[in-house]
Amino acid sequence: GLILCFSVHLYVARVKPSPPCFHSIRGASSPTLPSTCHSLPAEKKKLKMASSFSRILSSKRKIQILSLVGGSVTAGFLLHRDHVSAGGVPVRRSYPASAEYPDLRKHNNCMASHLTPAIYAKLCDKATPNGYTLDQAIQTGVDNPGHPFIKTVGMVAGDEESYEVFADLLNPVIKERHNGYDPCTMKHPTDLDSSKIHSGNFDAKYVLSSRVRTGRSIRGLSLPPACTRAERREVERVVVEALAGLKDDLAGKYFSLTQMTDEEQQQLIDDHFLFDKPVSPLLTCAGMARDWPDARGIWHNNDKTFLIWINEEDHTRVISMEKGGNMKRVFERFCKGLKEVERLIQERGWEFMWSEKLGYILTCPSNLGTGLRAGVHVKLPRLSKDPRLNSILNNLRLQKRGTGGVDTAAVGGVFDISNLDRLGLSEVQLVQTVIDGVNYLIECEKKLEKGQDIKVPPPLKYFK
Amino acid sequence: MLSSSAGTIGIFVSTTGSSSPQIRQQGSTMPFGNTHNQMKMKFASEQEYPDLSKHNNHMAKILTPALYERLRSKQTPSGFTLDDVIQTGVDNPGHPFIMTVGCVAGDEETYEVFKELLDPVIEDRHGGYKPSDKHKTDLNPSNLKGGDDLDSNYVLSSRVRTGRSVRGFCLPPHCSRGERRAVETLSIEALASLSGDLKGKYYALKNMTEAEQQQLIDDHFLFDKPVSPLLLASGMGRDWPDARGIWHNDNKTFLVWVNEEDHLRVISMQKGGNMKEVFERFCTGLTKIETLFKERNHAFMWNEHLGYVLTCPSNLGTGLRAGVHVKLPNMSKHAKFEEVLKKLRLQKRGTGGVDTAAVGGVFDISNADRLGFSEVELVQMVVDGVKLLVEMEKKLEKGQSIDDLMPAQK
Repeated sequence: GLILCFSVHLYVARVKPSPPCFHSIRGASSPTLPSTCHSLPAEKKKLKMASSFSRILSSKRKIQILSLVGGSVTAGFLLHRDHVSAGGVPVRRSYPASAEYPDLRKHNNCMASHLTPAIYAKLCDKATPNGYTLDQAIQTGVDNPGHPFIKTVGMVAGDEESYEVFADLLNPVIKERHNGYDPCTMKHPTDLDSSKIHSGNFDAKYVLSSRVRTGRSIRGLSLPPACTRAERREVERVVVEALAGLKDDLAGKYFSLTQMTDEEQQQLIDDHFLFDKPVSPLLTCAGMARDWPDARGIWHNNDKTFLIWINEEDHTRVISMEKGGNMKRVFERFCKGLKEVERLIQERGWEFMWSEKLGYILTCPSNLGTGLRAGVHVKLPRLSKDPRLNSILNNLRLQKRGTGGVDTAAVGGVFDISNLDRLGLSEVQLVQTVIDGVNYLIECEKKLEKGQDIKVPPPLKYFK
Repeated sequence: MLSSSAGTIGIFVSTTGSSSPQIRQQGSTMPFGNTHNQMKMKFASEQEYPDLSKHNNHMAKILTPALYERLRSKQTPSGFTLDDVIQTGVDNPGHPFIMTVGCVAGDEETYEVFKELLDPVIEDRHGGYKPSDKHKTDLNPSNLKGGDDLDSNYVLSSRVRTGRSVRGFCLPPHCSRGERRAVETLSIEALASLSGDLKGKYYALKNMTEAEQQQLIDDHFLFDKPVSPLLLASGMGRDWPDARGIWHNDNKTFLVWVNEEDHLRVISMQKGGNMKEVFERFCTGLTKIETLFKERNHAFMWNEHLGYVLTCPSNLGTGLRAGVHVKLPNMSKHAKFEEVLKKLRLQKRGTGGVDTAAVGGVFDISNADRLGFSEVELVQMVVDGVKLLVEMEKKLEKGQSIDDLMPAQK
């Protein structure tokens, strides 16, 4: 016990103290974790954490979190010991940061734009409490130089703490990706009050289907790039248990990828619900496909209008969709479902990862904030041939994709039109932006049908 | 614990520009997605145990929940863990007919620390090779009998390849960029000292010109970023193409791949059927390279029991694949083709290498074994076996029977 205390102090003395392990809980008056969480001897820290969390969590959950955090400091010590007792066995040679710095000369992604040798040197020896490192976070960006026209993000988070521990790199990446949003000074608004939406029912002659998706992460468990099999299974267990509590138009069923029957699989394919093992190297290089299909699955309600993917690119992806143009109803179900699921997991002592400055925390920095993509499949045959389409979309803060989703082509003049932004604007604001924008596009199409001219709208003001 | 040896306490030493090795934070610098091994220990073994119910590879055959529990707290001095060893086997259930290995080594010590898993895998894969067995190394080409007269009307080309790992560095699944670059630098330096018919040039994958690239493709020398999920799932494709390259001699008969699936892959090849000459150059070149590395204080990973240590357990021992591209249109259609190959301890592949189809009746025929036989013994098997196959082909061409030529099991 004495040795444990002594060595922990020594260990910390050489290390810059890490930021708090857990962020303050949204809206609650519960205290944040003391920022000295790493400078106390292991036993004392466990007790202190116990008092902070006891109000919020059930005891079973508490023990897990304590072991996760408390254990990592002890674990660090144990590693010391293992290393020493290895005795004369040659240890892994190590190189200065300059020898480890990746070659990013041919790269065009946000990570490569902001990872200077100085930042790399500063962060390369750091790790989150779970042991996630900078090299792991940037691996996908090193392995995928990018495209001259499309700028990918080039890094992921392995856990909630990644956004703190690697803030020196992630903040500029977030700023670039999200139109200048500065996590250090700004706050992200969350608004899931669907009653604020107006005129969200499109002309079904043009809008074939409407869809809203987002993601949610379970606080205390590592994210898909880094999670262990046990953690991933725990995510599945927690979410499936909660979803079993949904009722009425939200009542549904879970289909585990490892256990589904051939008929179930075919039905899910026909419904366009089934997701496959990721093939995109952007995802596989980040480690998200490990152990596939273990603990992956799809839940959907009996009406087939509310769908949840478990352990694909995020802990959960939540999707509300229906044929036709009633985006308001889609968003209503979306908000209702999300709030219900949140309530159900909170009953069991869990919560979503969320912070004031980053909103909902997801694996990819591009999905921070709302993580929301609200979109329609809309027929715009004439507008699709108009050279002004891209300017119009840009000014309306919309993006177009093919009807197969990202990286596919539009077929028959039918586009997937959705919001560009994710962070810095609320869910209500973004959905309203899509509604207003799609209405404008339909008006343009109608004008072109009548041989009238259309106008490029002025650019929407952003949060700046 | 509180000993005074350098680096045992101050784990977070981040010096820059220092020339002496510093000890980096262990365990958490795990590449490719695995979190700190100690953190996983908070979960019960059953919670972490992989679902191997649909799997058919050597690892899945051997691993049990009890074995997993015993090994999961271990790691090699460089921080390679059980989950790192088996990830590729978990992610790639395998094929109903082809038995893949399903595990890799991250460093030399992997074979020691995880021997409880790897010894049975090795035994299964290498025809009953026991933990107590010793492996013979024989790179003396004068011990090879014949091999200079395979009929080049049938044998289009001859090739011998092996791999070598540089002791003291982590292997491709686990190495950091710094280590990989150090292996490359060392290799370039050593290879630059080769002379005579072995004199050649290095082409770094990331620096080569379009013209150089095209030439290497035309020569069938260029290797690509691995696409096989077997390799990618183990982390060997990270940071591509950093510190990867190809060296070959001016005569284009001796070739070294740097940092692909192993630290070094050494290849000797030429058109026609003179396997003896190919093997002579192979042995001379390898021995010279080993000497050059030793002069720079680096040995190859080797031990009495496993022979040359490589990333995949299937390549232990000699790591040697000696083969020919040979025309066997009649023989390949014969009912006993597979049986003959098995008796001769040979295997067939398409002319594109492993997992490709034979084109125009031309097969890649090579030794099936790697461990438990010496290099000379394996090349001898190929030479004798191919000679017999060509004889059989000639007989079948004339419509004669080959029953009296059927070999005994080697």
